[in-house]
Amino acid sequence: MSDETMTIFSPQLAARLDALAARYPVRRSALVPMLLYAQDEIGYVSQAVIAEVAERIGITELEVRNVASYYSMLHFKPVGRYKVQVCTSISCALRGADELYQRFQKELGIGAEGVTADGIFSLERVECIGECSWAPAIQVNYDFHEELSPAHVPGILASYRGKAMAGEKTPDA
Amino acid sequence: MPRLVSHPDEVKIVSRRFGQGAASIERYLALGGYESAWKCLKQGPEWIISEMKASNLRGRGGAGFPTGLKWSFVPKQSDKPKYVLVNGDESEPGTCKDHLIFQHDPHAVIEGTIIAGLAIGAKLGFIYLRGEYRGLLEIMEKAVAEAYAKGFLGKKIFGTSTEFQIITHTGAGAYEVGEESALMESLEGKRGIPRIKPPFPALVGVYGGPTVINNAETIAAVPHIIAMGGAAFAAAGTPGNGGTRLFSISGHVERPGVYELPMGYNLKKMIYEVAGGVKGGRKLKAVVPGGSSTPVLLPEEIDIGMDFDQVGKAGSMLGSAGVIVIDDRTCMVEFALRTISFYQHESCGWCIPCREGTDWLKKTLTRFHAGFGEAKDIDNIQYLAENMMGRTFCPLGDAAAMPMVAFVKKFRGEFEEHLGGNACPFAKPAKLEVV
Repeated sequence: MSDETMTIFSPQLAARLDALAARYPVRRSALVPMLLYAQDEIGYVSQAVIAEVAERIGITELEVRNVASYYSMLHFKPVGRYKVQVCTSISCALRGADELYQRFQKELGIGAEGVTADGIFSLERVECIGECSWAPAIQVNYDFHEELSPAHVPGILASYRGKAMAGEKTPDA
Repeated sequence: MPRLVSHPDEVKIVSRRFGQGAASIERYLALGGYESAWKCLKQGPEWIISEMKASNLRGRGGAGFPTGLKWSFVPKQSDKPKYVLVNGDESEPGTCKDHLIFQHDPHAVIEGTIIAGLAIGAKLGFIYLRGEYRGLLEIMEKAVAEAYAKGFLGKKIFGTSTEFQIITHTGAGAYEVGEESALMESLEGKRGIPRIKPPFPALVGVYGGPTVINNAETIAAVPHIIAMGGAAFAAAGTPGNGGTRLFSISGHVERPGVYELPMGYNLKKMIYEVAGGVKGGRKLKAVVPGGSSTPVLLPEEIDIGMDFDQVGKAGSMLGSAGVIVIDDRTCMVEFALRTISFYQHESCGWCIPCREGTDWLKKTLTRFHAGFGEAKDIDNIQYLAENMMGRTFCPLGDAAAMPMVAFVKKFRGEFEEHLGGNACPFAKPAKLEVV
């Protein structure tokens, strides 16, 4: 994108996306990473994200939507600032993932795909996150937490709530 | 951070630098790093491929195809550029070994990619990590930058006239792209649906160019094979099954973890000695030997060597070497439901037998486990699963169906206990919320 082009992203992200588009032999290879990095900053894949990514890659918005809808980490409506993703696939389930998930539900007062009223947390059950030998495990945004029991839940939530209160801007950085 | 484990029976080849700070290039170099790539630059492609063939290394992603043979299929002359693509989309439930490789030994992945590139005459390699592994991707990216700074990557690697570049790439959540043709589609910025084969990637791969695609563990083993010699690596394993394997042990054991053991190591010993036995001294009910897609084994079936051939003979597969141990309190109907839920969620929807089959299996098992099953459902589950097999573009259909057939066959009695409006005999106070 030229300097004059309007962007909805921060200058750092815009520069990163410029570099990303230029690094592959075929520009379109940057599409999926671009959407994920954009979501990390904007919070979700909004219409504006789709429009700008389509322009950066040089494909239609429809093509962007078609690809984006395939990938489970991309979402199309706002979620909590901290996405609590509890793995309930087999290895975690054998070691108490359901009880862990229920404790998160209780502490947060929300169900699957819910967002807390203050917008700080959302809760999801997810499939295998590659932490099977350290089960049960969760991911909060991109951070892993391993070998958990329901008793760990209040402490984990308190630490992220503290970060949110301290005004941490980019939770994933 | 994932806990590292250790056991005296381990033979640490691929994991020998774990926990030693080798993510930093200085430390990696101090531990002998990049010497194998330099050796390969001097020796040339034919020597590399002959060492790889001698090593009997077979693909660690699950299919077990001989790596040296795979590399030898790439044509020497090609009008289109050739590529190396490293599959780090580790997502098979029960498997978490690549997680540790990226965390502790990223330069081994880079060095293995360089060597694969030298072997096939590629100038560019891609290292694809699943989107959830962002923290690990950042470790890989830092390592790649260090390798460029030292001149191990770039237009003239190691001061020679040879070019080799690496691009790291993130996915965004999809098990299906662990299948090699779907992985290429995803890398090209498309939906991760499989391509029909042939042509195989060795002839027509990424951007239509000849491509070698290897699992991250396979690639990480390569520098060690070059350093110790193919024959020595082969000797660590069993005939036709060279070297060691990173076994991800999970479930009901005392000491879960990722252990590097020789190919052919006895499964029973692995569970009872290496992993400390069934948790709480409980009774063993079943073992899934190679990740969620591999057919379940009964306790009387686990006195076997863990290599591709011996596990195959026992009616299952070594797969990704994710050993899932299940104790006697576990409901196998629920375990089957949990397994099929994964495949139903991850089916890309391209092939109808997989899309519809996984969906109907999940629906049937959900109803069945809730106590609303009928006797005919049991045969129906098996019938549905058997009719998915071999009828899809990629192996995901088989991966979902094979374990279902085994669950019904080996635990039919447990399915029958759920009939007649009976609540699950293993009901726990906390029930799974169906989503």
